[in-house]
Amino acid sequence: MSRPESTLHGLGAEFPSAASLMHAAEKVRDSGFRKWDVYSPFPIHGMDAAMGFQRSRVSLFSLLGGITGLTSAFVLIYYTSALNYPLIVQGKPYFALEPSMPIFFELTVLLTAFGTIIGLLLLTLMPRLHHPVFNWDRFKRVSDDGFFLVLEAGDPRFEKGASRRFLEELGGSHITEIYQDPDPFPHPARPEAKGHA
Amino acid sequence: MGNPTARKTGTARRKEAIDARSHSEAAFAKAAEYIDRKPLVSNKRPLSWITDHVCRIVEQPAPLWWWIATVFFGAVAALTPAMLTYLVATGVGVWGLNVPVCWAWDITNFVFWIGIGHAGTLISAILFLTRQKWRTSINRSAEAMTIFAVICAGIFPAFHVGRIWFAWFLFPIPNANAIWQNFRSPLLWDVFAVSTYFTVSLIFWYLGLIPDLASLRDRATTRLRQMVYGLLSLGWRGSNRQWTHYEKAYLILAGISTPLVLSVHSVVSFDFATSIVPGWHTTIFPPYFVAGAIFGGFAMVLTLLIPFRELYGLHDLVTDKHIDNMCKITLLTGSLVGYAYSMEFFIAWYSGNPYEIYAFMNRAFGPYWWAYWAMITCNVIAPQLFWFKYCRQNPWVVLALVMFPNTGMWFERFVIIVTSIHRDFLPSSWGYFSPTWVDITLFIGTIGLFVFLFLLFVRFLPMITMFEVKNVTPEADPHHHGEHDSHGHASRPAPAKAHA
Repeated sequence: MSRPESTLHGLGAEFPSAASLMHAAEKVRDSGFRKWDVYSPFPIHGMDAAMGFQRSRVSLFSLLGGITGLTSAFVLIYYTSALNYPLIVQGKPYFALEPSMPIFFELTVLLTAFGTIIGLLLLTLMPRLHHPVFNWDRFKRVSDDGFFLVLEAGDPRFEKGASRRFLEELGGSHITEIYQDPDPFPHPARPEAKGHA
Repeated sequence: MGNPTARKTGTARRKEAIDARSHSEAAFAKAAEYIDRKPLVSNKRPLSWITDHVCRIVEQPAPLWWWIATVFFGAVAALTPAMLTYLVATGVGVWGLNVPVCWAWDITNFVFWIGIGHAGTLISAILFLTRQKWRTSINRSAEAMTIFAVICAGIFPAFHVGRIWFAWFLFPIPNANAIWQNFRSPLLWDVFAVSTYFTVSLIFWYLGLIPDLASLRDRATTRLRQMVYGLLSLGWRGSNRQWTHYEKAYLILAGISTPLVLSVHSVVSFDFATSIVPGWHTTIFPPYFVAGAIFGGFAMVLTLLIPFRELYGLHDLVTDKHIDNMCKITLLTGSLVGYAYSMEFFIAWYSGNPYEIYAFMNRAFGPYWWAYWAMITCNVIAPQLFWFKYCRQNPWVVLALVMFPNTGMWFERFVIIVTSIHRDFLPSSWGYFSPTWVDITLFIGTIGLFVFLFLLFVRFLPMITMFEVKNVTPEADPHHHGEHDSHGHASRPAPAKAHA
């Protein structure tokens, strides 16, 4: 059955191991593909280099969070204790660095954690509950023991026939066309492959 | 195409680096063959075995023992709200604390529970930064334990304030009195430390859960499961464009949790150390409290993991090696705690301060001598048996031995708190604290709550971090070429649920 080309998400291939997936990724990187991704049950050591990634920018969000935390702790303590309602307690100064340290530290840590998690969600575009790759029924194994590589149709280098041959050369098996919409004729034995929450 | 030459050189350089690394790793692998190091996952289990064995705890109908235990501990947990309701409805007088012992069982229980939590963060953060790969199969349950322990801990100071309906005064919220919190008070630092600790631990725990929740989603057989785990896993798909940010975020959270865990019990100890009470006013308190917290926390991790590993047959994931390592940490921190006890005594004598000397003599030989010697027996003497390999290798001996630190760490807090204040500077205000039945029942209630929450956790969430355990198997190594082609899917045991 042929399906409209415009809804094609890409071509997926399965690989037998982390090592073979990494070798394939190196070759895809060198071929100049931009829109592609590999999928694995765990982070593969060295895969970022194999895919040609820069360092993750999550740390930038963490830093922003940390700076916000430290600043807000300072503003909070200084404003409440020294500006808004100065109150002498046990003859201590209204504001001093030493007793402020624990709260400076705690709020810095707290907002760094918030910054990190916000950065992660923004950079990974999560939560995104549906994605075309979930339409591929073999893909369920990605969180078990499956290693996959998907070349996306949006890449200018993508060409169905040539890309399929490329994936075969890389050693991929079960090469499958992945569409934006769920397969209208799913495998009868696996009804749960139809949709995804 | 961009600039192919520039790209090529960068690529070539990267390739060289990877090649060089793979050579050295191959050399390491060769050397490892000669060194008898026990694998972290026994019996060379394949990846799908790990997924299957962890997920089926959640997927299969709960065993009978789980129902019995959950109903029992649920009933015990119900004592907590019952006692709190009774307390609030009747008045603070139903607790045994009174002048001079104004901090008694409630603060003892608070420090006890908050300390329990520390092992979880230590395993998940400090052992992560120090690349201790054996942490992978125990970190999830230890982190869960942290969160439940902090929940139990939070109950006590919240109700200790007396008028619980004013507990929001603890937070800097503008109020009708136009007055703010005293930011110079360690009690306020404690509010910030404990709430930050709870929040960050929860975020860290949830972050670690995301890929494993995706495993549960992908294996779901019912629509409800698929929806719930699908929502919770935020649409995780294990792509490397996600993993790269995920790993960075995990590293940063581990990095900030490390000083955080050390700070929390330090701040808790400031509640005591910044006062002028003999027995509390010591600079040794922060490290002493942190060591004690890790000691008590590891004992509790062992207490929970040994039975659950038996009940769910997880011997290949939580191996004897893991238990052995945890026993060694218990031995180390137990010895540190013992050192702190003797150093406290030494400093009391060396200070030449009669009140300080009296406070410590009174601890060991005064009316609460039984609590002091229970503490010494449980925390200093009992863990020394972990020097013997036999004691570390036999899980039932371990389980019996860790009951001593579990008890002893409660006594430690009781000794520090109650014996220091029950004899004030003036003999006219001396007193003797005894708990009431409400004190005792409430504490039992929180133990029930803790175990009850843990039972729910093992039932509904994967209790072992599958993706991290997979990551420490030989197959996860991208330079693992052993059975490169033979270990395809043909060799995969087809019906995974057969061996139920």
